[in-house]
Order: sequence, then C-alpha cells, then structure tokens
Amino acid sequence: MYVYIARRLVATIPVMAVVAVFVFLLLRLAAGDPAAIIAGDNATSQQVADIRSKLGLDQPITQQFAIWIGSVLQGDLGESFFFKKKVSELILGRLEPTLALAAVTVVLAVALAVPLGVIAGYRHGTWIDRLVMGLSVLGFSVPVFVVGYLLIYVFAIYLNWLPVQGYQPLHEGFGGFIQRLILPAFTLAAVYVALIARITRTSVLEVLNADYVRTARAKGLGDGVVLGRHVLRNAAVPIVTVIGIGIALLIGGVVVTESVYSIPGLGRLTVDAVLARDYPTIQAVVLLFSLVYVLINLLVDVLYTVLDPRIRY
Amino acid sequence: MKPIRAFALVPVLAALLALVALPGPARAQSTLRVVMHSDLKIVDPIWTTAYIVRNHGYMVYDTLFAMDGKGEIRPQMVDRYEVSPDKLTYTITLRDGLQWHDGTPVTSEDCVASVKRWAAKDSLGQKMMSFVKDMPVVDARTFRIVLKEPTGLVLQALGKPSSNVPFMMPKRVADTDPNTQISDFTGSGPFVFKSDEWKPGDKAVYHKFAAYKPRSEPPSGLAGGKVVKIDRVEWRAIPDHQSAINALLAGEIDYIESPPHDLYPIIKADANVRLVVLNPLGNQYVFRFNTLHKPFDNAKIRQAVWYAFNQEDFVKAVIGDPQYYKVCKPMFVCGTPLETSKGMEGFLESNFEKSRALLKEAGYDGTPIVLMQSTDLAVLTNLAPVAKDLLEKGGFKVDMQSMDWQTLVARRAKKDPPAQGGWHAFLTSWVAADILNPVMAGFFNAGCDKAMFGWPCDKEMESLRDRFARETDPTKLMSIAEAVQVRVGQYPTHVHVGQWYGAAAVRKTVDGMIAAPVTVFWSVEKKGR
Repeated sequence: MYVYIARRLVATIPVMAVVAVFVFLLLRLAAGDPAAIIAGDNATSQQVADIRSKLGLDQPITQQFAIWIGSVLQGDLGESFFFKKKVSELILGRLEPTLALAAVTVVLAVALAVPLGVIAGYRHGTWIDRLVMGLSVLGFSVPVFVVGYLLIYVFAIYLNWLPVQGYQPLHEGFGGFIQRLILPAFTLAAVYVALIARITRTSVLEVLNADYVRTARAKGLGDGVVLGRHVLRNAAVPIVTVIGIGIALLIGGVVVTESVYSIPGLGRLTVDAVLARDYPTIQAVVLLFSLVYVLINLLVDVLYTVLDPRIRY
Repeated sequence: MKPIRAFALVPVLAALLALVALPGPARAQSTLRVVMHSDLKIVDPIWTTAYIVRNHGYMVYDTLFAMDGKGEIRPQMVDRYEVSPDKLTYTITLRDGLQWHDGTPVTSEDCVASVKRWAAKDSLGQKMMSFVKDMPVVDARTFRIVLKEPTGLVLQALGKPSSNVPFMMPKRVADTDPNTQISDFTGSGPFVFKSDEWKPGDKAVYHKFAAYKPRSEPPSGLAGGKVVKIDRVEWRAIPDHQSAINALLAGEIDYIESPPHDLYPIIKADANVRLVVLNPLGNQYVFRFNTLHKPFDNAKIRQAVWYAFNQEDFVKAVIGDPQYYKVCKPMFVCGTPLETSKGMEGFLESNFEKSRALLKEAGYDGTPIVLMQSTDLAVLTNLAPVAKDLLEKGGFKVDMQSMDWQTLVARRAKKDPPAQGGWHAFLTSWVAADILNPVMAGFFNAGCDKAMFGWPCDKEMESLRDRFARETDPTKLMSIAEAVQVRVGQYPTHVHVGQWYGAAAVRKTVDGMIAAPVTVFWSVEKKGR
C-alpha cells in the first residue's frame, strides 16, 4: 500500500512537468501583452516597451521558461506582474475563502445528495424517485451563474435574509462567515448534488438486488439497518469516485461562483490573472489546481481500500 | 395597582438617567463603500496611465495646480505663483502648513523631484520639459521653473486633470526610477492609503487624513477646498456588474462609479438609489487609423471615412438613451474652451456617395479593412459593427475581427501588416479631460514613430501642435486649435464618433458628490454608517 502511494506520488512529477510546459507555452501563444495592459490606455509605444523589458518579456521564450522553471524548482513561484507581490503570498491570501467555499459545498452536497439518492433508489419508480431525478436534471442543466443570480434575487434582495456578496474570514466571527457562504455554497452545490444523487441512486439500485440484501431482509432487519449497513456501504465505491471526479467541477464552479458572489478566493484570482495576462500568477494557480486534482484522485484510490477490503494495490 | 405601576417606572427612569450620565459611545466611524470601474492592482499613478490608478492618485496625493469646474487651471498646493515679464521664469510658492501623511512638511525639493519623475513618463510632461532649462529650489516653500523659451504649457501640464497626473510625492519616493513602481505610498492628499488593508481583488482602503489643510475656496472640479466628510472609504472589487448592482440595492455598498448603461433601468426603478452624472465633460468615442499600411496610408482614403460616418448611429447603438449621449462635431469636446466646428463642414453626415467617389479617386483596390472589435467592454462592443456597416455602405470592404480588449491593446501596438497579425483600425473611448487641446490629446500626435499606435506622420500637424505648445497668449490658442482641426480633416489621424456620459449609481443616503472629470471623494457625505 505504502509502496503504491509512493509510486503514485512519484508519478505526479512528470504530470506536473507536462502541465508546467503546457501552461507556459499556451500563455505565450495566446494573444495579449501584460506590458500593454500595465501601461494603460494612454501609454506610448516606448512606455509599453520599457515595461516589457522590465518584466523580462523581451527575452527569448526558452530563456523565460528556464528562469521560471528554475525558480519553481526552488519553491519560488515568482512575482505577480500586477500586484507587486510574491505569487505564493497572493495564493496564500486567497486560499481561505476558496477552501471554505469548497469544504462547505462538499459537506452540503454530500449531506443532501446521498440521502436523496438513497431514497430515490429505495423508492424506485415512485413520485419521490421522479422528483429527485427531475431536480437532478435541473441541477445539471441550469448554469451555475443563473442559479447564483436566482438565489441572490430571492434570498438576498427579495427576502433580505442573506448578504448579496462578499466574504468574512472565519477569525472575524463564525456567524458572518457562514452567513456569507450559504448562498455561494448552495449555488455551487446544485450541480454537485445532481451528480452525486444520480450515481448514488444507480449504485443503490444495483446493490438492492444483491443476494446479501435479500438475506438481510429475510433475517428480519429493518429498512434503516439494511440501507445503512448493507446497501450504502457496498454502494460507496462509485459514490466516492464521483465525489472525487466532482472536485474538477468544483474548481470550475469556484471560478464562476466567486465572481458572482464577489468572494476574493483563488477562482477570482484566476479570472483576474487571466484577464490581465498575469503570467506568473496564472502559471502558479494552474499548477496548484493540477496538483490538487492529482492528489484528490490519489486520495480516492486509497479510500477504495478502506471502503472495500477486497481491493488491494 | 397605581403605586405598583409607579414603582415599576423607577428602573426605567434610572436606566434613562444612566444613559444621560454615562459618556456616550465614541462617534461611529462613517464608511463609504464604493465599487470603482476596476480593481486597484497597481498603486503608482506615474508608472501607469490606467484610470483606476489615477483615481487612486487623487485620493492619496495632491497636485500643484488643478482644473476647476469651468476648465480653468487654479492653484491647489500652490499659494501663489508669478510669471516673469519675459515669460521665462515661473516662481511657485507652496501653501503654508502642507504635510505629508507621515507628518513631515511638504517642501519645494519634494515638488521638483515629483515634477521630474512625472515628466519622465508623461507625454505632456515631456513636452513641457523640452522648454525647461532648470528648476531651482529657492527655499523650503518656493521653487522656480526656468524656461529656455516661452510656452503656455507650464500651467496646463502641471494642472493636467487626467493620466498621467503630476501628483506630488516626498523626494525619497519621487527619486524612484520612473520605470520602477514605488513601494512607499506616502502622499499629502486628503486621504491616507491603508496599504496594510489593501487586498487586490477584494478591497482598497483609505482613511481621512486628519492633518490635511484644505483650501478655503469651495470645491470646483478638481480644484478648491478638499474637505473630507467621511472617515473611511473602501473601494470594493466587485467585477460583475449585476452583482455590484444587487449589492447596491441591498445596501451593502453605497456607490457604483460606472454601472453599464443597459442596467440603468434597474437602478432607476429602486427608490433608494439614484443615477448622477458627475463627469459633465463626458467621454468621446474615436475611430483610430493605422496609417502605416494600405489602404489607410493614403490620406484621401482615410478622408472617405469622414464622409461615410455619422455619430448618431454609433452613440445610439452603444448608449441608446439620448440623455447620456451627444452628437458633437468639435474634436476638442463640446462645452470646453476650444470647442469649434471649423473644418468639420460636410463631415460625419454619412454621405456615402462622396465617400465612394473619394475611394475611386484615390484608387482604393478593395483591400479589406482589418477592424478590431473589442467584445468584453459593454461601452465599446457595439461600435465596431456600426463602423463596419457604415464603411461598407461607403464603399470599403471590411474584415471585422472580434477579440477581448486586452488582446486588442496588445495587437494595436504591433506595426506588422494586417495580414500578419497587424491591424487597420479600431474604436476606443477617451475621457474628455484627456483631449481638451491638440497637445494633450495623444491621437493628434503625428510624430511618426513617436506618435501613439497608428503612427501618423505629418509635419504640418506637428508644426501646428508645436505652435500651440509655444503660444502664451490664450486668445490665440483657439485659432491654432481650429487650424489643427482643419488639418485633421485633410490628414485624418482619427475620427471622433460621438460624445457620451456615464452616471454613477448612488444610494440616497450619500450626497455631496463633486462634478469633475475624475471621481473624487472629498465633500461626499453619508447619512448613517
């Protein structure tokens, strides 16, 4: 097991190297010039050229790559072109809102989706099943930003129950922290709930027809015990897989949700950096997201062995 | 029961007495929460020309001179100034009691260093400095600007309202290389920048500078007394327009600097907010030529555009509501001292026959015009399709290419032929305060490689601009401006396609905003916290 984990961790190195090369090349090939953006609309060509030279963008691409990758290998992600701050500082400053939003979303999504999926599977073919599946189709189909605006209109503007936007750090009080995360987390969770609920329902349906479930019922066990101890435990592997896959959705969703709710997290940082062609920041954020994705997949694989002792690596 | 009732009043009375007797809570700090047109990412207003950084500059720094509400240049940090009879020496004396945010006095040495750093970057500053022989410091409050030859540019340059604004900084800051960003944000303006609270992408915070000494005159434009009535101003970064308006309607913010025109109806429908036009000069839309490549290297072909275009179609397509646009033929902006229609006769009336005739006469070979369209800025997006339609009706072939504004900004700096990633034309918008005369307005610069992107090259235009710069008699400036406008008709550098105005969306608890070409926050009051 430990050997497997070590092997997987070593395998992340070439993956990250490929990501680094791709993101660097894509940014240089994409249209746009950070120097022209920094200089502003009224700048002369000379002013733009001066800034380009100051940022080292007049150097050959190979040289720029060598400098950047050398710094990254030494743990230095570089300095933002715009914010005049270390990229690592920028990322650290934006980490809390994104982690908080992602954590609340995952908890909310799992807490809602798993019971809904189990009930839909257990009551297969009934109105409850159709309602849950109908809602999950809606969750898949409606774009995140539409869900966001709808929730804002109803709960923040019309009912005035929750704030429209913003983020309050946890150390400034739990009440304000959670109050500002409710709407964004529900927005982000919509698609996630739909995904997990559908997979849970399918897995539960498969397991419900298994011999050991029939045996459990024949033994006279109640519905709750059958579902909790025998059905859900055996249906867990695909559910955990889809939760892991959903992290990718979450990363994409965070970018949109943080923009709609004006949350100063990594999603907003990504959008701002892309719009401003802030190469060092974009490169660092993409590397970070890739690393998170690889590690989540590894975690899911390890969790399989916990949930299903028959799985061995 | 009566005695019991009276007895019950005792604790209530005691509580009331206690409230009167106890010292009250400290006065609540008033905070104005604002969404500006952009997030503040850079904080050196000399290093970049970006308007958001200019606005930041007006919060933190002060200027020697400033433009008032009538477009006239008035002393600001300056107590008095004298011009020698030969017009070669300006003796400038600072007001008494001016202080930097760290408590040290503002000196003339600081100001000379600040003017030098600004002039190294700003095109008008560079022009002014080409006349300057020396800037000797006389004493702590007095310095001189000694010229090689007379020019009328000194006050215009030092009182320049828009990017780059000659903001005054302490000498230790102003000595920073102009191509390196400053890292010390000490100013002497009405607000102190709280760099420790600045979170790019979230908020920038300013506190009232308690030791600021406002002028005694009432505020007017960017001049006059800068009396701060708010303790704290927060610039909140909410890039999504709809989210910003939702936050305004919910009372989470107080002020949006420039909401998009298509969302005005939502603002107008809410009783707690209002729209206020604070920049009376507005903005001007401009169609810019690249004169390096065929067919726009031919002035006659560019002239055809003067005939093909009309302003109404552009401003209707983008702004829509006539309350917020103006058809204005004068290039130096309607409502300003150099407003003139001379040279514009017959232009901008969509005379397509005349346009086609000119193209035929000039031998236009049907080369498609590569027109860059910016698609992500609502105030620009619809301009290019209108230009395409009018150009085609006027006999041109047009290849409109869509891209985001930042791509356009990068591409417009390229001199390559249009087929190899270059361009023929694009549309943009200028803040009127930047284009009030032919020296200030960058698109009139026809200095070939020294000109702005588009690189027009015309000795006659440069000679006229030079005359304008040297002229010290204000009464003669108009005739030179007229000559410049006539010359642009013959040698088009750009075509202006309409004047437009933006409104700020403000909660009704906020008042005292100043009409000026730049959003400023002195004089602004807010009821409640």
